[in-house]
Amino acid sequence: MTLGAEPPAPGTRSLREDRERMADIEPGDMAYQLEEGLGRENLAGMPEDGEAQLAPGVEPQARSQWQLFRRRFVRHRMAMVSLVVLIILIVLCFGATWIAPFPKNNQDLLSGSLSPSRHHLFGTDRIGRDELTEVLYAGQVSLAIGLAVAFIATVVGAVLGSLAGFYRGWTDQLVMRVTDLFLVIPQLVVLAIAIRAIGQTTSTIALILAALFWMYIARVVRGQVLSIREKEFVEAARACGASPFRIITRHIMPNIIGPIMVNATLAVAGAIIAESTLSFLGLGVQPPATSWGNMLSDAEGVVGTPQAYLLYFPGLLIFITVMAVNFLGDGLRDAFDPQSHD
Amino acid sequence: MASFIIRRLLYSLIVLLVASFVAFAGVRAAFDPLAKFATVKDQEVKHRETVRLGLDKPIYIQYKNFIVKFVQGDWGTSDSTRESVASMIQRSMGKTLQLIIPGIIISLVAAIGLGVYSAVKQYSVGDYVFTTASFVGIAMPPFWFGLLAIEFLAIRSKDLLGLKQNPFYFVGLHSGNGNSIDADYARHLVLPVLTLTVQLIAGWSRFQRAAMLDVLSADYVRTAKAKGVPRRRVIMHHAFRNALIPLVTVVALDAGALFGGLIITEQIFSIAGMGRLFVGSLTNGDAPVLAAWTIVAASFVIIFNLFADVAYGVLDPRVRLS
Repeated sequence: MTLGAEPPAPGTRSLREDRERMADIEPGDMAYQLEEGLGRENLAGMPEDGEAQLAPGVEPQARSQWQLFRRRFVRHRMAMVSLVVLIILIVLCFGATWIAPFPKNNQDLLSGSLSPSRHHLFGTDRIGRDELTEVLYAGQVSLAIGLAVAFIATVVGAVLGSLAGFYRGWTDQLVMRVTDLFLVIPQLVVLAIAIRAIGQTTSTIALILAALFWMYIARVVRGQVLSIREKEFVEAARACGASPFRIITRHIMPNIIGPIMVNATLAVAGAIIAESTLSFLGLGVQPPATSWGNMLSDAEGVVGTPQAYLLYFPGLLIFITVMAVNFLGDGLRDAFDPQSHD
Repeated sequence: MASFIIRRLLYSLIVLLVASFVAFAGVRAAFDPLAKFATVKDQEVKHRETVRLGLDKPIYIQYKNFIVKFVQGDWGTSDSTRESVASMIQRSMGKTLQLIIPGIIISLVAAIGLGVYSAVKQYSVGDYVFTTASFVGIAMPPFWFGLLAIEFLAIRSKDLLGLKQNPFYFVGLHSGNGNSIDADYARHLVLPVLTLTVQLIAGWSRFQRAAMLDVLSADYVRTAKAKGVPRRRVIMHHAFRNALIPLVTVVALDAGALFGGLIITEQIFSIAGMGRLFVGSLTNGDAPVLAAWTIVAASFVIIFNLFADVAYGVLDPRVRLS
């Protein structure tokens, strides 16, 4: 029974829009006072029946953008399940030192190639390492690369995209032509050649992967900034003498955090698959470091043999992670979408 | 329209030039052309080789010499096999095309069918099943799918179904040195094409569904319904044709990338196409092949990009005005 929860009834719509617009303007700005005055005017002019449904004595409660977002996200069942799955995965992998049943890289030739059993839940590999333990430790590398790549790509993409969209002109031309170029050269080629040139450590792989994912975020951010920079509240901020830095970070960014977050989750999923693909080709992280990708690469030879279980688990974990991250992105998209009514 | 096409064509040429320079410089940076002389003590020999390969000149001069020859059809010879690069790429492209062409046709038909069905019957059981399946397809790492396909469809299926021999093959495109199109060829082709199509169908059908939903909620579709046009005709005539336009772009872009992007599928199924050529050249440090390969792959992306732009301009007149 609150304003935020109803489908927009006549009269309430403009109030809500005004509130949203007000959220973009800093208290103390001249525009704030202007906007506030506008809001009151509308409130006063609001038809009586807009509030008629409220029980007597109950004050309408305005929800902040964040509250609305949280409500919609929590209702997205798959996204919530995915969030829980991801948290469990992260805890299991990064807590492997305490959780894993065996020490890392614990070779035991006498118990090699054992099928999954109670003692070794995921079985053991040829040299007797417990597959569950290895999968958990490998997850540290795969997840860390996924998160690091998404973080770097998002920061770089958001900065370049917003500069291109805000300043337009030659800045825009330069950034967009560079993204075109990055999109044209086959990605695996760039990766493989860069890795040959720079080196094959976990951090260089993360950096090089990030160089392949920032363009998508830059394109999205640029498009959003291009449309938002024309809005009245940006004009108001500019009229008040706000610096470009302040306009971008305080007025524009909060409005496009949704698409940025959604694309960041997509980058996590993409990076995990890209890393595993590289490792599969022998271009990924190098032993003794392991990732899900190079575990799968090691398991290529067991196809069709009794040890085929070695093939299932690393792949399954990549699959579950990517699936969960995608659902999470889906939930975020719905939750950030102001068009979706809860 | 003509000026639109010419503008796009010029821009594509510039992108291609820059991309080929980046490819050339990147390969040069990653692979030292004098690596095989590393153990040679005689400076005179090294110097002679440097001059012979033109390495004493600045990189843009080297690039200019390279690209002039490249355009004239002289792609050089491979460092590892001494074969002409052009014929190596031509042969590999032939193999890759045998996968791509059926792959794209099957994916297109399936994706359009599934996407339109899901949109028309939104929230039906079928829609949920296809949506879930496409999420699975998107999240599945392609090489894992390929390995599982070999494991279950090619190997385990024999015992499970009680067959006399494995139903599908998973090494190469022919048994022996055959070149014929027969049952043997088909049994080799099924799994790699399946691996390729699963990803494409998953992505494209989602896209087609979204595009179709978009069109179905448009005003002109409502108008058509309101004036009593039969439902079937509204869907096929009014909605479907417009919903195909966005798919053209996506398909063209993905198809362009496929010419260099079958690296995983070809690796798993041991098919000597473009992807394997790339991986092999990378392992051997075969710089001439890598440079030419990258330019060819980038050209396909650019050509298909251009095609997508022009097709979009032809199909949707609003685009070329902006």
